[in-house]
Amino acid sequence: MTGIGLQECLFLAALLFCISIAGIFINRKNLIVLLMCIELMLLAINLNFIAFSYFSATISGQIFVFFILTVAAAEAAIGLAILVTLYRNRQTINVADLDEMKG
Amino acid sequence: MFTQILFYGYAAILLISAILVVSARNTIHSALFLVLAFFTCAVIWILLRAEFLAIVLVLVYVGAVMVLFLFVVMMLNVNLEPLREGFVRNLPVGILVALIVAAEMFLVLSTKGFKLAEQSELALVDATGYSNTKAIGAVLYTDYLYAFEIAAVVLVLAMVTAIVLTMKKSVNTKRQNPGHQVRVKRKDRIRLIKMDSEPVNRKTGDTKSDDAEKGDVK
Repeated sequence: MTGIGLQECLFLAALLFCISIAGIFINRKNLIVLLMCIELMLLAINLNFIAFSYFSATISGQIFVFFILTVAAAEAAIGLAILVTLYRNRQTINVADLDEMKG
Repeated sequence: MFTQILFYGYAAILLISAILVVSARNTIHSALFLVLAFFTCAVIWILLRAEFLAIVLVLVYVGAVMVLFLFVVMMLNVNLEPLREGFVRNLPVGILVALIVAAEMFLVLSTKGFKLAEQSELALVDATGYSNTKAIGAVLYTDYLYAFEIAAVVLVLAMVTAIVLTMKKSVNTKRQNPGHQVRVKRKDRIRLIKMDSEPVNRKTGDTKSDDAEKGDVK
């Protein structure tokens, strides 16, 4: 990729990560959007790994992305299953209503 | 020059769709914008010569995970209005924290160590005859074999957990309980009764009384 350096890719990933941090702050109530923000964060991390893998000419970064994708898919599946169970029991996914375990 | 235009164009689409994911009013809209973000990121990965992972991203994320998200969003009949409260109140805090984190990251990333030149070996490899999938497979099944198998276990674990968590205990469902099946005793299944042989009425072929037979055979 001529004309693009490592820094541009890292800046892009950093911006993506910061957008998802802001998303977690402003969507504090909606559990589904919180999960989506986590997915976006993982995407930014993967972009970092792939950029490093490309610019240092080693394939190991892509292997790491492979495993991160695996774990992220598992996490999304379990998270959504917990969400469905939660909704079935409490009829809400509002984070503010889930305060039974507070000390 | 052309790849530069492609990179910046797709980077802009990626960032805009990410902003729309976190700010969309409807949850379904944010899920769909997340799909757009995944697609755009796959294109950027292809520009970075990670073709296999780009396809995996589209197949696994867009094809499976996002469909799961959309399915859950549509299945839950959620009133979205209470979930939006505090959006405006938290907006300045969120933007402030994001800006601080972004500024810190930019400070670190602007140092000399990250100014790698764009000519790397992988960038200069002639694309003809080079297979990204083959290169990943050659490393994945040798150096990272144990990690690969652990990843398979993690996926099985996720599947079992998701099924167990969401399985509904319905009264209408017929199910086997292996514990009961193993613990079953002979007397739970069979009951031997002693009864006298009954005289048979020759004319009708019936036994003497119908009532005697009832309740004996189970």
